[in-house]
Amino acid sequence: MILYENIRLALFSLKANKMRALLTMLGIIIGISSVIAIMTVGNSMTTSVSESMESMGANNITVGLQQKEDEEESTEEGLQFGGPGRMKTAQDDDGFTYEMLENYCDTYGDYIMAISASESVGSGQIVDGSLYANVNVTGASLGYFIANSIDLAAGQFFQEREFDDGVMVALISDLAADNLFDGDDEAAVGSQIQVNVDDKYYNFTVIGVYEYDQSASGFSSTSTKDTTTSMYIPLKAAKELTHTDNYLQFTVVTASGVDSEEFAETTEDFFATYYRNNRDFEPSAFSMSSMVEEMTSMLGTITMAISVIAGIALLVGGIGVMNIMLVSITERTREIGTRKALGAPNSSIRTQFIVESIVICLIGGIIGIILGVALGAALANMLGTAASPSVSSIILSLTFSMAIGVFFGYYPANKAAKMDPIEALRYE
Amino acid sequence: MERKPVIQLTDIYKRFYIGTPNELQVLNGINLTVEEGEFVAVVGQSGSGKSTLMNIIGALDRPTEGQYHLDGVDMIAARDGELSKIRNRKIGFVFQTYNLISKTNALKNVEMPMLYAGVSGRKRVERAKELLTMVEMDERMHHLPEELSGGQKQRVAIARAMANDPAIILADEPTGALDSATGRKVMDLFHKLHKEQGKTIVLITHSPELAEETDRLITIKDGNITGERSGRGGQ
Repeated sequence: MILYENIRLALFSLKANKMRALLTMLGIIIGISSVIAIMTVGNSMTTSVSESMESMGANNITVGLQQKEDEEESTEEGLQFGGPGRMKTAQDDDGFTYEMLENYCDTYGDYIMAISASESVGSGQIVDGSLYANVNVTGASLGYFIANSIDLAAGQFFQEREFDDGVMVALISDLAADNLFDGDDEAAVGSQIQVNVDDKYYNFTVIGVYEYDQSASGFSSTSTKDTTTSMYIPLKAAKELTHTDNYLQFTVVTASGVDSEEFAETTEDFFATYYRNNRDFEPSAFSMSSMVEEMTSMLGTITMAISVIAGIALLVGGIGVMNIMLVSITERTREIGTRKALGAPNSSIRTQFIVESIVICLIGGIIGIILGVALGAALANMLGTAASPSVSSIILSLTFSMAIGVFFGYYPANKAAKMDPIEALRYE
Repeated sequence: MERKPVIQLTDIYKRFYIGTPNELQVLNGINLTVEEGEFVAVVGQSGSGKSTLMNIIGALDRPTEGQYHLDGVDMIAARDGELSKIRNRKIGFVFQTYNLISKTNALKNVEMPMLYAGVSGRKRVERAKELLTMVEMDERMHHLPEELSGGQKQRVAIARAMANDPAIILADEPTGALDSATGRKVMDLFHKLHKEQGKTIVLITHSPELAEETDRLITIKDGNITGERSGRGGQ
């Protein structure tokens, strides 16, 4: 009953000083809304990153090369150059050979669904009179399409013969088909295209059109017409164009039910045997799921760090509340004296001012939450991810703003409670 | 008729700044008994010690030495928490400057002492309305103090003092800030409370005319009671 009266009184005194109350709340509003907004964006990004990585295949294992840590060399040369060893670039000779991959497939056939390897030929343009489409010419193995979940809109994938012989056939994106064939995907299939890469012209036959996944490539500032999409050609054809034989990197799509993290280690050990004699490089394999974990925890850390900074804004807001409460009790010294003379115990004076401080913080907190959720949704929308405001952060903020009210309201309230009634009644 | 004493002050001393060179003795052994139903005026010039005496009677302050019993309760032995309860139940304050709570209306102001006494909402409103009717302020009970005249504010304050039916009403210069006509009305109200409800009232004033109207006049000078005689009201 007294609590209800106290809340009513607190609202009265807020109403009497609207401008002051608003300015006081502003600190809390800014603090809470930024914490919520950041957490929402962080959450959304974590969700979308892990979703898009999983769509790339959580079961995928990426195998690549990393520089060996040659201790002798690094100490000597490290001292000389003032850095930890010299960076080397892996050459084609260092790459995984076709034989290694074949051996690997023979050994672990049951664990592997497909092997995805690619070779970038370069970026160029498909030209047809005044029509053009920007493309990255990429040689791809059959597994590449499985690993990257690429779907066809028209035509067909490369046949085994085309892979083996390195036939000059191509898959273009539906976006490129829009530019070149006025959106008629069926017309594109079977047509001859000429591609200009580094001032060299190559002729390909289009055998299929795939669906270009815009979200996978992030945002692009160019218009749809100028967007660069991938044009896939058989891996062997690309190898011939780039005059290379080996693979610096490839992706293994594991069969379902295989523990990809465990298999990544097995894979690394398998290829390590081939690299015992290589002076500079050793294979490294890591699974997508461990990468997802890494990314998620990294984003979480970033979110936490920014939230802490926003939390400082909240702290400043809390100090503002304390300041205004001190002003308020000084202004109402006579009221406090009167209440004490009429028999208010110290505890109820204290409660009255703590409740007032909590009310300020809670109203600020609620406004902050609404603004924060809206801001977070707007930001997430801008980044192209679905907003997922975290319920826990909302509950946390509400509790936290109440805690701020109690914490920063206690000192002024206690000061009010301990006032000498005679002095307070005499106060002008 | 044997009347029971409500206020019993025995050898009350009050000293300030004890142990410092500025030590100041404000009350020099005051002995005063006020009986139930009495209307007593305490008269004295400023600096005479009457405010200090009022603070002690009103349980806002403690004497340095002496005994004080209010309505049978030993006020020296009472702890601070008990003193606020006693102020709430046994004492009704009326101040010179009214001291109404500015942001709440007349009704809520009268309800306030009952709120601290733990009276339930409906009973509070009922009693507050009753009291405001008694002081003829029932038509303005939803007005804020700033919308009331000085005399009206003081009448609301008197209703508030009566809220918990206290043993004594302690009025400190209740007409000090009012013109003589409105001051008259306020004084009439005290007389009404005294006569009709038999309230014990201690009026602190520096106005000899108003003091004359009471049962008993007590004059304080330099911390001593220097005179005590019956007023017109007591005859």
